[in-house]
Amino acid sequence: MIAALAGLVDKYALVVAFALVGIVMLVSYQASRLFTRGRVHGSAIAIFLGLAAAVAVGLATGGRKGVADLPLFAGVGVMGGAMFRDLAIVATAYGVRIEDLRASGVQGMVSLALGLLVAFAAGIVVAWCFGVRDPVALTTLGAGAATYIVGPVTGAALGASSEMIALSIAAGLVKSILVMMATPALARFIGLDNPRAAMIFGGVMGTNSGVIAGLAATDPKLVPYGAMTATFYTGLGCLIGPSLIYFIVRALVGA
Amino acid sequence: MIFYGTALLAGCLFIGMAIGQLIGSALGVDSDIGGVGIAMLLLIGTTTWLSRRGLWSPTHGTGVQYWGDVYIPIVVAMAASQNVRGALVGGGLAFAAGSASVVVAFATVALLIRRFGRHSVTQAGGELR
Repeated sequence: MIAALAGLVDKYALVVAFALVGIVMLVSYQASRLFTRGRVHGSAIAIFLGLAAAVAVGLATGGRKGVADLPLFAGVGVMGGAMFRDLAIVATAYGVRIEDLRASGVQGMVSLALGLLVAFAAGIVVAWCFGVRDPVALTTLGAGAATYIVGPVTGAALGASSEMIALSIAAGLVKSILVMMATPALARFIGLDNPRAAMIFGGVMGTNSGVIAGLAATDPKLVPYGAMTATFYTGLGCLIGPSLIYFIVRALVGA
Repeated sequence: MIFYGTALLAGCLFIGMAIGQLIGSALGVDSDIGGVGIAMLLLIGTTTWLSRRGLWSPTHGTGVQYWGDVYIPIVVAMAASQNVRGALVGGGLAFAAGSASVVVAFATVALLIRRFGRHSVTQAGGELR
């Protein structure tokens, strides 16, 4: 009986995930309406619940895929995986005003360049303060402070140790999750309330999941603009990390 | 047909990712560069082109809109399947590097938005070029 049901959950994993996430959405939006009178957006509550569930399951199983490490929730991993995420994010561009994009092109590029430089610099300075002196390790950690993809790609290209690569992924995860949680709280103070500001935000932050979830919890209309610039960040980071940034770091620490 | 919209969306995503991947490998990077952004531009471009020629009906749009509407649940699923434990137990260095990067990034965003990104300022000041 139980085995038969388990098999069904396994076979229909994605269907189970749709239903489960639907319940989380319902609970979150009702909680937003009833307990915060809509001040905290329902999507912010739902994303927070998702992160909390991921910690709980991660601590219980020791796995790396959040709730998806439990067979019952395996479909959540598929639903939240790169394929569906990218399909849905591209769909949000439907109805975007071309003029808004055109007007912000140059600022978008400036944001990307500045965002990457400050992220690398922050990661490298912090690693230096923690006593790291090896230019490969410094660059890898700086790359992790950009995104959790730039970190391992850069580390692998430079031949960094697996501990450094793991640390760089962890740094990128910390960034992504902090951006998810801090964006809705800080949006009002930094003027993040229009498409152009969202494009700047996406370019500077760069962490795709953080930007998308943070903007979704702030104002869903801004998501496509932030996602548009953020999508270039990881690729550019992977490009300059093992080359330009590494050469600069090597010249600075003189190894 | 509603599905035409979904099919167009899927085509744009795949072609966008393919172009991003090609740009990446042309530059010697094992990662795609701007795939999703290119896909977004393709989607905006093709739907605008089709509707100017009267080949795009609101019914097709529904097949795109649906996916645009379900992205919040998808992002919730994404958040729930992140390695949040890894971020929490990654040690002081990882936490310090990640948070420092977020702090300086928010400061940078605040400065850039103050300079370029305020709707009222840009319109009143005529900075739109």
